[in-house]
Amino acid sequence: MKSTNLSSEEQEQWTEIIEPKRSWLDINIKEIWRYRDLILLFVKRDFVSVYKQTILGPIWLIIQPLFTTLIFYFVFNKIAKISTEEVDPTLFYLSGITLWNYFSECFSKTSNTFVANATIFGKVYFPRLVTPLSIVISNLIKLGVQIVVFLVVVAYQVYFNGTSIHANSALLILPLLILLMAVMGLGLGILFSALTTKYRDLSFLLTFGIQLLMYATPIIYPLSFTSGKLHTVISMNPLTPIIENFRYAFFGIGQFDLEGLIYTSIFSFTALILGVIIFNRVEKNFMDTV
Amino acid sequence: MPVIKVEDLYKQYQLGQVSTGTLAHDFNRWMHKIRGKEDPYEKVTGENSREEKSDSDYVWALEDINFEARKGEVLGIIGRNGAGKSTLLKVLSKVTAPTKGCVKVKGRIASLLEVGTGFHPELTGRENIFLNGAILGMTKAEIRSKFDEIVAFSGVEKYIDTPVKRYSSGMYVRLAFAVAAHLEPEILIVDEVLAVGDAEFQKKCLGKMKDVSSQGRTVLFVSHNLAAVKSLCTRGILMERGRIVFSGSADETVEHYMKINSQHLMPKVEFLSSEEALGNEFIKLKSVKVVPENPFITDDIYLQFSFWNLTGASTINMAFDLLGLNDEVVFGSLFEFTTTENNLCNATCKIPANLMNDGVFYLNLYFSSTEMRLLLKLENIISFEVVDVKRNNAYLGKVNGAVRPKLNWIEN
Repeated sequence: MKSTNLSSEEQEQWTEIIEPKRSWLDINIKEIWRYRDLILLFVKRDFVSVYKQTILGPIWLIIQPLFTTLIFYFVFNKIAKISTEEVDPTLFYLSGITLWNYFSECFSKTSNTFVANATIFGKVYFPRLVTPLSIVISNLIKLGVQIVVFLVVVAYQVYFNGTSIHANSALLILPLLILLMAVMGLGLGILFSALTTKYRDLSFLLTFGIQLLMYATPIIYPLSFTSGKLHTVISMNPLTPIIENFRYAFFGIGQFDLEGLIYTSIFSFTALILGVIIFNRVEKNFMDTV
Repeated sequence: MPVIKVEDLYKQYQLGQVSTGTLAHDFNRWMHKIRGKEDPYEKVTGENSREEKSDSDYVWALEDINFEARKGEVLGIIGRNGAGKSTLLKVLSKVTAPTKGCVKVKGRIASLLEVGTGFHPELTGRENIFLNGAILGMTKAEIRSKFDEIVAFSGVEKYIDTPVKRYSSGMYVRLAFAVAAHLEPEILIVDEVLAVGDAEFQKKCLGKMKDVSSQGRTVLFVSHNLAAVKSLCTRGILMERGRIVFSGSADETVEHYMKINSQHLMPKVEFLSSEEALGNEFIKLKSVKVVPENPFITDDIYLQFSFWNLTGASTINMAFDLLGLNDEVVFGSLFEFTTTENNLCNATCKIPANLMNDGVFYLNLYFSSTEMRLLLKLENIISFEVVDVKRNNAYLGKVNGAVRPKLNWIEN
């Protein structure tokens, strides 16, 4: 009895034990919380450093989706003549681009966490998840700005061009849509970042994979534009319900897709959990292989 | 009361290109695992040795490490390059995980492995203090409470709102060190990188270490500077080929190190082509030799230098410092080399017989342009032992002093 007491006392003394591999599910959320200031400082650093020594600064955040919309308008609407249903094409594209940008930035930027931060990770310890989390948050701020841009364009079209929109109560799920994109982008991103430390080939795959994914998501066309097998494939894309529901909420096209959202939620959180587990596994030894 | 306890620690590294064959190895490992067998690559792991080429693709950088450090102790870790010191520190600072074994820690560990990690050149001094502090594990509130102290310590008040990319390298290092120095961890890890930098900076670092230990905290000090280890450390650990080969008082450990070191003399280095030679874009070392390789005190000693001067200048300066095993400089000398064909520079320096004392000496080389701009520094490039000859008087002990010149005595 006495000896077990002693050993438990002894164990209590140690505040930390550094060991080879932690168990699969041992994720230290408390520790990440302790480093919350670092997350915010990384967010701040990302903003300050990107726009220093640019003339237009954060205005680039606004210009980029507007220009892309303009290009899409000429290429896909004027030349390819792809229908955007009864929605004004500029609003249609801008809505898709705004959401897509958030997802693709979260995904691609978090996917090279280890390789891009190898020097700093090689010298100091802090919970590695802090870095991808800060990326998701700084992109959230960008998304906020771009949603405001979107709303301004909507207001402009309604006021000056008499475009009618059909915003409805489904708008209430907007935060959920954004959350799902963040979760999916982060989950897939860290999953890939863990794998790219060993197999660099994946990062090449990812660059065009994300491009392809955009065309497999109803950004430049409505889901109703597709039919047959293609329709099934596009519907399987977990991003489809997010875009479609967003457009339904603003423009009233299509219909509210609850099943799709449930599917997307399951996909996103599975990706996140899997991503965190594998990320957690890799972070301890990646310095030896990177 | 121990604050760090290292138990049966092992660390394995893979040699060579990591990517080639990784998939095959991973697959093989996995097959063994599901059949309940041992990791096939753990058995063939070679010893951590740079001299002998190992057949295995894997190497133990740390093997069977056991030690503990107590509260308020300054523990010196010494060993030659590649002995595993840096790997040990990496494991202790959680940058990389051990392969086997564990480390038990009480309190926060901070390492001065690299000051200025995470400094962003575009951010101002103020912003970098917060960012760097947070990276090192401080909360915003902690940093804010120490902010003024950090700025005062660094001495860059005037430039605190200027991006650090405009700082001089000295200001940069001072600011970075100021942040790290105000961490107040229970355990502080100091690597030899701190020993670079100017004398004032070194003094500051060493002073901070003394403060830390006098406040009852623990310091792990890794250094090549044996004098610093002797004067600062209470205890020492000697590492060799990934193992702890000796531990004891700081003095004993240093002595042991010196004994081992003298078995590893390298009286010449030679490179056949400038591609594989040691050096940089200005200078490539061709060869440095001591002739004879094991001189007696009564021999003339010739130091032969040969290097490629790639700067295009017709003349170039090379200086050497001759150091004793305690890292004290015995003397140095500078020579202006003339570049001959194929950019080669050759010269020999004669150290007259009956000047050196017996003992082990080594050379540091400094190459500079004729305007005295430092181009390349090579430390511990060769080492040799000057052997005593039979003496005719009764005293057979070691003669004091770094040199033992034969002087003229005249009876009046």
